[in-house]
Amino acid sequence: MFQLRDEKDMGGCAISGIMSEEGTRFSGADIIRSIAVMHERSNGLGGGFAAYGVYPEHADRYALHIMCDHDRGVEATREYLEATFRIVHDEPIPTRQIEEIRSRPILHRYFAEVRPEIKERFYDETEEDMVVRVVMHVNADIEGAFVMSSGKNMGVFKGVGYPENIGTFFRLDEYEAHTWLAHGRFPTNTTGWWGGAHPFGLLDWAVVHNGEISSYGINRRYLANFGYHCVLRTDTEVIAYLFDLLMRKHGLPLELACKVLAARFWSQIERGDPESRELERTLRIIYGGALLNGPFSVLVGHSGGMIGLNDRTKLRPMCAARSGDMLYIASEEAAIREVCPSPDRVWMAEGGVPIVGKLRHAEATADA
Amino acid sequence: MKRIYAREEYCLGCRLCEINCLVKRSKSRKIIKAFRKERDSIVPGIQVEEGERVSFALQCRHCVDAPCIEACITGAMHRDSESGAIVCDEERCVGCWSCIMVCPAGAVRRGRERRVASKCDLCMGESTPVCVEGCPNEALIYEDR
Amino acid sequence: MRKWLVQPDFVVERDPERCIQCQVCVRQCANDVHSYDPEDELVSSDSATCVGCHRCATLCPTGAISIREAELEFHPNANWTAWTIRNIYKQAESGGVLLTGMGNDRPYVNYWDRMVLNASQVTNPSIDPLREPMELVTYLGRKPDQIEFDRSNGGYSVKTELATQLELQIPVMFSAMSYGSISLNASVALARAAAEAGTFANSGEGGLHRDIYPYSKNMIVQVASGRFGVDVEYLNRAAAVEIKIGQGAKPGIGGHLPAQKVDRAVSETRMIPEGTDALSPAPHHDIYSIEDLRQLIFAIKEVTHYEKPVSVKISAVHNVAAIASGCVRAGADIVAMDGLLGGTGAAPTMIRNNVGIPIAVALAAVDSRLREEGIRNRASLVVAGGFRSSADIVKAIALGADAVYIGTGALVAMGCHLCQKCYTGKCNWGIATQDPYLTKRLNPDVATRRLGNLLRGWALEIKEMLGGMGINAIESLRGNREHLRGVGLSESELEVLGIKPAGVGA
Repeated sequence: MFQLRDEKDMGGCAISGIMSEEGTRFSGADIIRSIAVMHERSNGLGGGFAAYGVYPEHADRYALHIMCDHDRGVEATREYLEATFRIVHDEPIPTRQIEEIRSRPILHRYFAEVRPEIKERFYDETEEDMVVRVVMHVNADIEGAFVMSSGKNMGVFKGVGYPENIGTFFRLDEYEAHTWLAHGRFPTNTTGWWGGAHPFGLLDWAVVHNGEISSYGINRRYLANFGYHCVLRTDTEVIAYLFDLLMRKHGLPLELACKVLAARFWSQIERGDPESRELERTLRIIYGGALLNGPFSVLVGHSGGMIGLNDRTKLRPMCAARSGDMLYIASEEAAIREVCPSPDRVWMAEGGVPIVGKLRHAEATADA
Repeated sequence: MKRIYAREEYCLGCRLCEINCLVKRSKSRKIIKAFRKERDSIVPGIQVEEGERVSFALQCRHCVDAPCIEACITGAMHRDSESGAIVCDEERCVGCWSCIMVCPAGAVRRGRERRVASKCDLCMGESTPVCVEGCPNEALIYEDR
Repeated sequence: MRKWLVQPDFVVERDPERCIQCQVCVRQCANDVHSYDPEDELVSSDSATCVGCHRCATLCPTGAISIREAELEFHPNANWTAWTIRNIYKQAESGGVLLTGMGNDRPYVNYWDRMVLNASQVTNPSIDPLREPMELVTYLGRKPDQIEFDRSNGGYSVKTELATQLELQIPVMFSAMSYGSISLNASVALARAAAEAGTFANSGEGGLHRDIYPYSKNMIVQVASGRFGVDVEYLNRAAAVEIKIGQGAKPGIGGHLPAQKVDRAVSETRMIPEGTDALSPAPHHDIYSIEDLRQLIFAIKEVTHYEKPVSVKISAVHNVAAIASGCVRAGADIVAMDGLLGGTGAAPTMIRNNVGIPIAVALAAVDSRLREEGIRNRASLVVAGGFRSSADIVKAIALGADAVYIGTGALVAMGCHLCQKCYTGKCNWGIATQDPYLTKRLNPDVATRRLGNLLRGWALEIKEMLGGMGINAIESLRGNREHLRGVGLSESELEVLGIKPAGVGA
C-alpha cells in the first residue's frame, strides 16, 4: 500500500462537483456517472470522492475516516484517538467487492467528540486546532495509518482505482449528500497508494485539484511557519491548508482568500481604484508565500458549499453550470451534461475569479 | 547643423581621435599600413591640446561666419551645401596660408605631402565622424546645438 | 633599498608587427609600464610595475599588446605555490601586512556552480516571458503575519498599515561601495543607474556626496563603525538606512581607506581631515552586545520618524543564523549578509581569503532558521558576496533570498579588470581612485549606461529562467528550494543547503 513518500505527486486530471444550494440531498450515483465520462483523463491509479451531509444522525460529531495497512495500525490509532476523543460509535466503512478493486487497506470510521477534559486542558486552542493536531500526528507518526477525512457530517472516500470503480466500491450510490466532489488521478509516479488519491480532507475542507503547482516548495515552507506540516507531498494538501489558514485562522472572507491565492498581476492591480489598489497590494506583499503559481483547477468543498477556482492565467479547464438550485463544476462540459442535459446557464470559469456555491441554510465555516 | 564638441572633463589625452582621423585620411585605410607608410604625409584634422591637468581635442568649428572662406584667395575654401561643413578644395588651393593666419581656433594646418591647407571636414560621407566614434570615453559628441 | 626578492607578477608583450608607436599605451598606464624613447623613436615596456589591469591592451588600436602571468616559474609544488612564496618575499622585504582589493580569489567551492535549476515539462507548462506577464517586483521591509481589514460599501478595505517597503523593479541592488574607495563619477553612475532601473544603490560608509542628492530616493545610506558623514540630514535624505556591522571581505575588522585616496572632497563628505587614513574601528563602539544593536536601530528609527526601513548588514560567519535571528528580533527590517567571496577596496589578504563562510550556506541556514522560529516575515533577506550572473541570482532567490546586492559585478560592468590593486589609488579605469587625471576616465554617462544594460540583460535572463520553471511571479520562487538540485555536493552540504541531489524527483 505504501507510496514512496519522497516522490511528489503530480496533480491530475479530472474533477467534478455537484451541489444543491437548497441543501437537498441526493445519491452518489450522479457524481459517479459524471466522473466516469472523463475516464480518459485518469490512469486508474487513483480516484476519490467527498460527500457533505451524509451522516445526519451524527451531524455534530467528527466523522474520522481512517485507513490502515494492518491491524496493529488500527489498534494504535484507536488508542491514540481515545486519548483526545470520546468515540460514540465506530464501524468499518461499508464496501462492496468488485473485480476492479483487488487489494485494499482496512477502512474504518469513527464518530467522535472531543473530550471535555481535553478542551479544558488546552483552553487556549480551538476544538478545530485540537483535531488538526491529532490528524497531523496520526498521518506523520502512526505507522501505516492515515486519516482520509476529519470533518462533521461529511466524508472522503478514495483509493487506488478509476474513480467510478472507487465510487461503486464504497457503495456511494447508497449515500445521500447535498454536495459531492469527485476526482480521477493520472499520477506520473507508478506506485499507487490509497492515501495519495484526492480529495485531501482536513476538518470540513476537501480539496480536489487538477494541475501542478510550481510554487509548491515555498507554499509548503510558508505553511510550516504556522504549524502545518505537509506529510503527503501533494499540491492538494498545501491548497487545503492554505484555505484553512487564510479563512479559518486569519478570518479572511473567500473573496480575499482568492485574491491571495490567485492574485492579479501588478499591472492589473495598478489600474484599479485607490482603495482596491491599496488592498490588493497589501495582500500581495504580506501573503507572497501563499501565492499559488502554476496551472490549477481546484474544487474546494466545505460545510457551507463548494468553491471552484482557476489559476490567474487559466491554464487548466473548468466549466460550470446552473440549473435551478443545482450548481455543477467540472473539468469538461460533457461531464456536466451527462447528469444535467439542459442547464439554465453554462460558462467557462474566469482565471482567478472563484465560482461560489453557497448552502442557503447552512452554518458555514467559510464566509463566502 | 551637427558639430563636434569636446568635453574636457572626460578627455583622457589618449589621442586615439588623432589616430582614427589619420587612418581615415590614409590611402590604405588600414591602421598598421597607414602608420608604417603614410604617417609622415598625413595631417589629422583633429589635434589634442594638453595643459597641466586638462586636455581636449580641437578641430575646425565650421564657423557660421567663416573667416577662412573670406580670406581664401582662390575660393578653394568653401562650404559644402549638404553637410554645412567647410571644406578645402585641394585642387584649387595654392598654399598661401591666409586661412591659417585668420583662423581664430588655430584649426587649419599646412599639408605635408602637398602644399595645401589641411583641416577637419567632418568626415564627409560618414554618418558619424571617426574621432567621435572612436573616443573610448565618449569625450567627443556630435550634435546640433 | 631595492626589494630584490619581489619580482614582477606579469609580463607585457608587444607584437612588433602590430605596434604603430602611437603611444596610447604610454599615456594610459598609471603605473609607468610603457614609455617612449624619442631618440630611438620607440615605445617599450618595463613589466616590473604591471598590475594586469589591461588598460593598455584595451585601448591599443591595433591590439598589439598582450599580458601574461610572469614566466619565472618555480619547481612544481602543490603546497608552496608561487603565490604563497611571493607573499613571503613581499613581507620579508617590507615587514607589513599583505594588502589586497576586490574579493576572495582562492579556489574555494562556489556553491552556485554546484546547484542546478529546474524546468517544467509535460506535467506543468513553462511560461513564455516574451508573451506573458513575468513579475520581478520585490518589496523589502517588515511584513506582518496577517492582514487586518474592514468591510465597507459591499467591499473590503485594508486596515493594516504596512511598514515602509522598498519597491524594487528587479531583485538586484548595488552593494555598498564607499565614495572614497571609488571615485565620485563611479558613485554617481551607480546611483543614477539604480534610479533609472527602479532599484537601489548603497552609499557605503563614505557618506553621501551632494552630487548624489538628486538620486537620494534610490539610496540606502550606511551607518558604519566610523560613522563617516552621518548626521540627521544624511539619515533622512535616503530611502533606507543600513547599519554596517561587518562585510564579507573582512569579517571582524572595519573599513580601510588609505590616506592617498582621501582628497578634499572625500574629506568633506566623510567629515575627516584630508590626507589621513580612514580606518573604521572593528566593532561599533556603541554595540558590544545584541541589545546595544537594538538601541541603535531604534535610535535611527526615532530620528527618521519610523518612516524608513532599517537594515543591518552582517558578515557570514559560523553562527550567522543565530546572529541574524537576533538582528531580526532587535528590530531590523532588512538583514543583509555578505559572504566569503565579498569584495572590498582594501583588506588584509589573509583576512579576505580565510575569514567568513560562503553566502549560499549562510543564506540557507538563516532562511531556514527564521522560518523555524516563525519570524521570517519580519525582515527581508538580502545577500551579497560574489554574485556573477543572473543564474547565481535565481539560485539565491530559490534558496530563500529576497534580493541580491552586487558589488564586483557592477564594477566590472563599469570597466574594472579585477587587478586587485584598488588600495593603491591608481585605478587605470578611473573607478577606485581619486586622482583627477584618472577619475576622468570613467565617463558617468557611459558607466550609467553600462550598468543599466547589465541590469536589463539580467532581468531578461531571470524572466526566462522563471518562465522555464513555470513561474510568473518572483514570490513563488523565493525560498522554493524544490527548484534546486545539488550536483557534486556531499550529504551534509545538501542538508545544510536544504536541497535534494540531482536525480531525485519532486
